Amino acid sequence: MKRRRMISTVVFHVFVAALGFIMIYPLIWMIFSSFKESSLVLKTVGQLFPSEWRIDNYVNGWAGFGNTTFATFFKNSFIVTILTVIGSVLASAMAAYGFSRIRFRGRSLWFICMMITMMVPSQILMVPQYVLFHSLGWVDTFLPLIVPEWGGRAFFIFMMMQFIAGIPKDLDEAAMIDGCGRIRMFIGIIMPLIVPAMATSAIFAFYWKWDDFMGSLLYLNSPKNYTVSIALKLFCDPTAVSDYGAMFAMCVLSLLPVIVLFLFTQRYIVEGIATSGLKT
Amino acid sequence: MSDTSAGVSRYRSVKRRDNLAGYFFIGPWLFCFLAFTLIPLISSVVLSMMEYNMLSDPVFIGFKNFVDLFTEDQLFGKSLGVTFEFVFLAIPLRLMFALLVALILNRESKAVPLYRVVYYLPSILGGSVAVAVMWRYCFNRDGVFNTALRALGIPCSISWISNTDTAIWSLVLMFIWQFGSPMLIFLAGLKQIPKSYHEAAECDGAGSVKRFFKITLPMLTPIIFFNLIMQMIGGFMVFSQAMIVTEGGPLNRTLVYALYLYRQSFTYYRMGYGSAMAWILIAIVGVFTALVFKSSNYWVFYENEIR
Repeated sequence: MKRRRMISTVVFHVFVAALGFIMIYPLIWMIFSSFKESSLVLKTVGQLFPSEWRIDNYVNGWAGFGNTTFATFFKNSFIVTILTVIGSVLASAMAAYGFSRIRFRGRSLWFICMMITMMVPSQILMVPQYVLFHSLGWVDTFLPLIVPEWGGRAFFIFMMMQFIAGIPKDLDEAAMIDGCGRIRMFIGIIMPLIVPAMATSAIFAFYWKWDDFMGSLLYLNSPKNYTVSIALKLFCDPTAVSDYGAMFAMCVLSLLPVIVLFLFTQRYIVEGIATSGLKT
Repeated sequence: MSDTSAGVSRYRSVKRRDNLAGYFFIGPWLFCFLAFTLIPLISSVVLSMMEYNMLSDPVFIGFKNFVDLFTEDQLFGKSLGVTFEFVFLAIPLRLMFALLVALILNRESKAVPLYRVVYYLPSILGGSVAVAVMWRYCFNRDGVFNTALRALGIPCSISWISNTDTAIWSLVLMFIWQFGSPMLIFLAGLKQIPKSYHEAAECDGAGSVKRFFKITLPMLTPIIFFNLIMQMIGGFMVFSQAMIVTEGGPLNRTLVYALYLYRQSFTYYRMGYGSAMAWILIAIVGVFTALVFKSSNYWVFYENEIR
């Protein structure tokens, strides 16, 4: 019996580890390829390790195109992403507090509206939003990518509301009797208690914005405004690309912020998905 | 008398203050909802009955866009067909794979958190341009996939992404590869099933296969239902992968609906036509969601039903 269990454990680990390795092999392959000599990248697919490690792919790739280096693209991506994350998480926390703790006229109507927005696919908003931002003169600026996010997201609001529901109401009432206003209560009592939900939201907001391709594709026209995702798409265009090493090098760099964040925060993510069904 | 009126006015002022505070806190959300969701939604209805190319003034044409789509536009039918094919292949396979891996990972072991991270990694990176580019070079003629097949002794020299028969499969495989989110949700669901059920069944002599079909699967149906709805909606909207990996080709074999919508709207600047297409997509997704909801009476099992 004991022996059988040991065999099953070994089989489990061998199988799961092998499958996991196969799954992330393309990523590993891309990382190693980015250190190969550029002309060998597509000729030595079967050989994982570069015969000679070199970093000139990164140097060549970083130079970018259209007189713009990847430094600009990364800077743009960070600006857009960080402003989005801050605005989205703050607005979501405020709305979550408003919906869960304040009884105001129209609350249930707006709450239903918010839940419905989870079902509205972005495709339907794409055209009319473009017309709107075009008429505001926002095309080729970061504003269309950032400002709509400052309303928060229904997923985040809903998740934070679950957290706030777990905070005893006595706490609010006691603070209220002590003359604590709504804003001070929100900042001093509620926000510190929903930090885990805010962190999870922030992480997802970061991923979604960093990877967002559609928004950049629609709204950013000049290379100096490109974010990494649209720059990478043009940099790797199959009809134009010749330097495969540089292409993979920039691909790897673009994934780096996401991978680093994921490795540090994977506990939050795993729990966030498991408890609220958030999907990426 | 004066006591109650003072009470009423105090009550009123509290009410008013609550109304003010409520709208203060939901203010940012409400503003963005009205400006960037509600108004665009309404204008999308109007736009779908217009001809508008952003240069000249919009012209009202009634339902002509819809009529044209169904009667004249051959790519419309084609892109719908491609999308259905993609959804019906990719969603069931992704969910089955997610469930299978969740079942395997559902055991006590110190290594499981590490495995979860490894299996989830493709999902967290999957939406990015970099991974789509990588995918393109994994599935071309001398890519990683063919090289691996050759190493296993299977000679294969087709380019998966530019062959009309296999192009859709390169997208389907990429979609299955990112099975992390449904897997994590399945894992959480599996943890909820009381161990005592399995122990009792085991005492009665039920084997592991029987226990899976009689206990695990029925108990998981609400989770399967949730995953199915979420994945289906996502599947109908698939865009960036098709845009970057195959660019809709070869011969429009991977021209998914969202990509065609994008082209009509932003390559040909037919804003009205694109809006009409978007509403048809919503209608289709709505019908399928409703069908799944309706069917759930027959196959989704809630634990409290037995009581």
